[in-house]
Amino acid sequence: MALIECIGVRKRFKTGVVAIHNLDLTIDKGEFVFIIGSTGCGKSTLVNMLYRKERPTEGKIYIGGLDVSKLRNNKVYKLRRKIGVVFQDYKLLSRLNVYENVAFTLEVLGLPKDEIHTKVLKVLELVGLKGRAKNYPHELSGGEQQRVAIARSIVNGPRILICDEPTGNLDPKTSDEIMEVLEEINRLGTTIIMVTHDIDIVRKLKKRTIQLDNGRILRDYAKGTYGNESNKNS
Amino acid sequence: MKAIRILSRNIRDAFKSVFRNFSLSLASITCITITLIVVSLSLILTFNVNNFTDKVEKNATIVVFLENKIKDEEKDQLRSAIEKIQNVDTISYESKSEIQEKMMNDSETYKNIMSGWTEEENPLQDTYLLKVKNVDLIGDTAKEVGALEGVGTVKYGEGMIEQLVSIFDLVRQGSYIVVIALVIVTAFLIANTIKITIFSRRREIEIMRLVGASNINIKIPFVFEGLLLGLLGSILPILVTTYGYTVIYNKFGGKLFSNLIALIVPQPFIFKISGVLVLIGILVGMFGSLRAVKKYLKA
Repeated sequence: MALIECIGVRKRFKTGVVAIHNLDLTIDKGEFVFIIGSTGCGKSTLVNMLYRKERPTEGKIYIGGLDVSKLRNNKVYKLRRKIGVVFQDYKLLSRLNVYENVAFTLEVLGLPKDEIHTKVLKVLELVGLKGRAKNYPHELSGGEQQRVAIARSIVNGPRILICDEPTGNLDPKTSDEIMEVLEEINRLGTTIIMVTHDIDIVRKLKKRTIQLDNGRILRDYAKGTYGNESNKNS
Repeated sequence: MKAIRILSRNIRDAFKSVFRNFSLSLASITCITITLIVVSLSLILTFNVNNFTDKVEKNATIVVFLENKIKDEEKDQLRSAIEKIQNVDTISYESKSEIQEKMMNDSETYKNIMSGWTEEENPLQDTYLLKVKNVDLIGDTAKEVGALEGVGTVKYGEGMIEQLVSIFDLVRQGSYIVVIALVIVTAFLIANTIKITIFSRRREIEIMRLVGASNINIKIPFVFEGLLLGLLGSILPILVTTYGYTVIYNKFGGKLFSNLIALIVPQPFIFKISGVLVLIGILVGMFGSLRAVKKYLKA
């Protein structure tokens, strides 16, 4: 069964701008999907609707069987506990150190201290930051800050990880390192949807790639097909 | 267990947050302190004015002078007739010899003049003293009593008492309006100051929502923080009220200008005022926070 299902989704903003037109999309459990397209094509709007930052104007979005489009504002947290989100600007709390930033997610959910400790150390190890637990965000490089953000978003074991241009602020080498971390997370069973401008990464990883244009799906490249000779220029 | 954990974390976070954002917290606390001192002053004033006016009104008496020839059984009949009048609260009898004795005790001059009077020579009149339930109707009640058989004249401070009562009513209503307006202004001021505090933490709220905190989970620490700010902000006003009022009361000997204007005894009055101040501080702090945080729970 599909983990994410968008049926006839349309998003029109109050300003009258239509960001997404009649979009149908299915993503299965365990997939790694890139969403690409030029600026303003609706990539971010699409993922914003997946974690219910925005509501679709028309159509339905099902996440693990839950109708997200109908989800009321005070019930959004139920969805957010199943989805991790990572942004280009990391969104870390500067007054908390690495450990506290990651533990924040679990504290909010009311987990016992011991469990929080075990989980945070485990996830910091996964993203390669075990030695930096006591450091504050301003003491870290951009790549390290993004790793903290990733650790925070996956520490409670979400089924889906949404990444909105997570490598947008990083140099190619650091971007590659972040992608390695994301691939590892994907291997462990988390479905990953990543919005990106970085075509090099998309070509290298050869994952399923959805290309948007003016709020419509222009092409849906199956796994391993994007970056092949036949569509290199598309 | 989980709820207790979340609650204790919220309380801990509220304390942390107040001290972490100390300059902003201090702004909120100062705002609460100043406004609560003003509220406290107006409360003390209002209650004292009310106390004074209540006392004056309760002391308003109708003096019923009886006709000289009236017989004892007629006096009794008159008494029961007066008691039947609805607005009459209590009735007491003072014979002319009792009045004579009282007056003689009051002044040496009277004593000299009156000491020679026999029962027959005493020109004073027997009286009934009436207290009324509703002082607004004292004129009508006096008229009703005056029309009864055996009543000579009726006195109740005509004109003056009505005027006093209407002035007191005005003062009382005015002071209530002032207190209510002050509380509303306080609430508004405090809510706005807290709003600024929370504005600086909207990123934190955004992240809390992102990682799956329910709206209630997000609101509770801020509500606790508001409660704490209110509590801290009410400390100084309470000290000022408690010590200030006691000092003033002792300095003036419990009265202002004359014996008529008696101040309310400090205890338990100041405790009640302190209670009201804490309550206003806490409630306004909590609701101010709640209102401010709600704004950021939409996305």
